[in-house]
Amino acid sequence: MQNARPNQLFRNMTAKIAAIPMILTALCVFVGGTVWTIVYSFTSSKLLPRAKFVGFDQYERLWSTSRWTVSLENLFIYGLCSLVLSLIIGFLLASLLDQKIRFENTFRSILLYPFALSFIVTGLVWQWILNPEFGVQSVVRGAGWIGFSFNPLYDSELVIYGVLIAGLWQGSGLIMVLMLAGMRGIDQDIWKASRVDGIPMWKTYILIIIPMMRPVFITTLVIIASGIVKVYDLVVAQTGGGPGISSEVPAKYVYDYMFQGQNLGQGFAASTMMLLAVLIVVIPWAYLEFGSKNRG
Amino acid sequence: MKAMLSALAVSTAIFAASPASAADLEVMHWWTSGGEAAAVGELAKAFDGTEHSWVDGAIAGGGGTARPIMVSRLIGGDPMGAFQFNHGRQAEELIEAGLLRDMTAIAEAEGWLDVVYPQSLLDSCTVDGKIYCAPVNIHSWQWLWLSNKAFESVGAAVPANWDEFVAAAPALRKAGLQPLAVGQQSWQTSGAFNVLMVALAGPDVLVKVYGDKDVDLAAGPELASVFAAAADAREMSQGSNVQDWNQATNLVITDKAGGQIMGDWAQGEFQVAGKVAGSDYTCLPGLGVNELIDTAGDAFYFPIVDDAEITAAQDVLAATLLSKETQVAFNLAKGSLPVRGDVDLSAANDCMKKGLEILAAGNTLPAVTQLNTEDTNNQLNDLFVEFFNDTGITPEAAQARFVDIIKSGE
Repeated sequence: MQNARPNQLFRNMTAKIAAIPMILTALCVFVGGTVWTIVYSFTSSKLLPRAKFVGFDQYERLWSTSRWTVSLENLFIYGLCSLVLSLIIGFLLASLLDQKIRFENTFRSILLYPFALSFIVTGLVWQWILNPEFGVQSVVRGAGWIGFSFNPLYDSELVIYGVLIAGLWQGSGLIMVLMLAGMRGIDQDIWKASRVDGIPMWKTYILIIIPMMRPVFITTLVIIASGIVKVYDLVVAQTGGGPGISSEVPAKYVYDYMFQGQNLGQGFAASTMMLLAVLIVVIPWAYLEFGSKNRG
Repeated sequence: MKAMLSALAVSTAIFAASPASAADLEVMHWWTSGGEAAAVGELAKAFDGTEHSWVDGAIAGGGGTARPIMVSRLIGGDPMGAFQFNHGRQAEELIEAGLLRDMTAIAEAEGWLDVVYPQSLLDSCTVDGKIYCAPVNIHSWQWLWLSNKAFESVGAAVPANWDEFVAAAPALRKAGLQPLAVGQQSWQTSGAFNVLMVALAGPDVLVKVYGDKDVDLAAGPELASVFAAAADAREMSQGSNVQDWNQATNLVITDKAGGQIMGDWAQGEFQVAGKVAGSDYTCLPGLGVNELIDTAGDAFYFPIVDDAEITAAQDVLAATLLSKETQVAFNLAKGSLPVRGDVDLSAANDCMKKGLEILAAGNTLPAVTQLNTEDTNNQLNDLFVEFFNDTGITPEAAQARFVDIIKSGE
């Protein structure tokens, strides 16, 4: 009776004490900062934050701005393409490397190498490669094909795909390595069994290996998705948002209005909308992912 | 050994001789193109001539990139010694927040009120009767820079005004030359539009639209004709695949483009390239239509710092910036006009002399940065960079969006 079950709160005390700084950081910096941003998005703050509330004015202005809608469209195109393509390219490269080829290490390093470069460097390199005056176009024309035209960065319809190429070049290597790690984690006996049964290799990959790699795919998806939402530096370095406003992205809108436009309220409203968009994607996913475990 | 010792002795003597109050003053600015760097070198030389020394804090990428960095240093409690802004409404809130020093005492001691011409430069530095900045130059936007050789090569006379330039554009295009060079930075396009407005609709229209936020005028026929002219400019600018303003100027310098609408800071680039005004290139103030210049420019602001040495050095810098010698050396290198009416600029070239004459005649107008907040300017930048790059936007549609921006502006 006197020694009832120890209070749950005091179990594992050392671990909990050790986690306190991180918990505080998370609460103050992430949650606190987020709440502060949302509150001030309802104010008319200009260069400095000022608590002069104006209701939904900033949001009304945001959604009537064509630059914001163009930014969202671009993010959607970039996001969808980069999600699908980097998964496909990463998986294909990984399964090719998985064939016990010679010089695997060398190939792996070469394919992963772009990931070691920052987005700024990537953006500049691809700005030069795609520049019509001295990039791909002039090389092909110099080789004799005069009518060749490939100028995505100065074409407002194509520019976001020019950015996409650079993004894929930079990011696919990492996806490949993650996938390869997942494939190496699969028991070799499964391969032997499928070979004994005479199942073709592509079928083994699609029907057995991919389902077994589910955790790897989820990690990869989270990494790709977070990269998509915050895409900023690549656009700044490669196109500066141009031509015109045709390669603008939401993160750049936030930065430009918060700092260059000296209109914090507008930048906060835009970043709150970005947060909302992320939540719309994350909450159903988290519900599916973690909700089912509680029931099971 | 002896030589080394004596050398050591000398160097310690030098250190000992310098007064205890000498300070290193970090000065932040965004002057990084060829002509600009030469000009800022003159300022540093003049300041190093005093007992203090200039620590250069240049930020590449123009005001749009540099201003946020400076503001975050100020707000973050790590103020620099002095920083460049375009005077006008950009620093309004920093002054209100009490981050900047009141320089009225220096201004009075140096007699700025008597020597600064035109007076409006000091007015833009003044809030509630106190002077917060030291203007260093006058920059005007209203210039059209033309390459003489480009026009000669197609057998046309160098245009004397905007309409002749528009008329000559097809010939340039046919010869494979770029009629009008415009970079991708968004402020270049809105700036060009504002110049067209001053030249074609007159300065009063600009002051009423931006200064009084006159919505009816913004929706009216005067502005409609300016938008039509902007559509011409858009047509002429198609195909100039450059980013920065000085790359666009370089197209004119190298005779690959007919002309560029750009402020007189472009002058410094021509100078660095060794081009001669009149024979190599031509400048038309007010696009040759309305010979007017605005009195935009650069000024230095001085943050409040908790260090008496730095404060003293700030005072010395403020006085140095406006001294006669610095004004002449700096402005000759930069291609801008001095803020003092009493200096001798006989070494100036043709274009600067044109500017000085217009200034002396009093044909000036306030700068857009003095009328609009940065927020409004940013919205205008977005509108015009889109307009200049997307031929699908009609001048009428652009004008409707322009009216909305003016309506919401403060």
